[in-house]
Amino acid sequence: MVWLTALGGGVLIGAAAIMMMALLGRVVGISGIFAGLLTSSVDRGVGWRWAFLVGLILGPPLVGAFRGVEVIAAPVVSTPWMFLAGLLVGLGVTIGSGCTSGHGVCGLARFSRRSLVAVISFMASALVTVYVTRHGL
Amino acid sequence: MRSTMVGLAAGVLFGVGLAVSGMTDPRVVLGFLDVRGDWNPALLFVLGGAVGITTLGYQAIFRRGRPFLTDCFSLPAKTVVDLRLVIGAVVFGVGWGLAGYCPGPALGALTAGNPGVVVFVGAMAAGVFLGKRL
Repeated sequence: MVWLTALGGGVLIGAAAIMMMALLGRVVGISGIFAGLLTSSVDRGVGWRWAFLVGLILGPPLVGAFRGVEVIAAPVVSTPWMFLAGLLVGLGVTIGSGCTSGHGVCGLARFSRRSLVAVISFMASALVTVYVTRHGL
Repeated sequence: MRSTMVGLAAGVLFGVGLAVSGMTDPRVVLGFLDVRGDWNPALLFVLGGAVGITTLGYQAIFRRGRPFLTDCFSLPAKTVVDLRLVIGAVVFGVGWGLAGYCPGPALGALTAGNPGVVVFVGAMAAGVFLGKRL
């Protein structure tokens, strides 16, 4: 029944996206929210960004406390690889203006051609990366 | 103040969704991306559920013409598909495939205190600064 919780979790993520669009007229792009906090000036209405990030960070442990199990798993690669992966993710989402949430959820939902191209591109490169790291060339 | 409360509530909802769907476990993500291994379709259902419901919700909101708490929508303005978009997405995909974390799940996993996740988020911030200069 893992597909059911996966689908249910996806619907919750979608509900968050709908809420942000319905009330504030904004897409939910985690990389954009994160980057916005790092790089924009304080006076440009960043309150909701901080709040969203705090909520996002608190959400998983809330689920863990409610279900009485640890829902956050440990990384499967060593810390140097985590460093490299994080650097590439930060670099890529900034140049490509979005990640799985901004392009993958919100972009596809508003029929953005840019987002469709981005999703196909990052899915393809991620599939190739996993193939190479796990099965070799 | 109102937008801060909305942001907090939507963030919690998003984080709960990530945890419920299993995205805070990199094995689930990598299991989806590893088509030659023991393939785990979970991420397909997560994305399908999220995109499906969001598409329906957006239709209704856009038909209304304006958001409830602000005067207008703040949507991404760019519409041209360029090389920058593709290169950025490809670079992001490599990082995603290396560790099994995209930005949401990485931030959502911070409270567990794994050094690797903290390093990932720090490196991600460095990547953002680097990307802004390119």
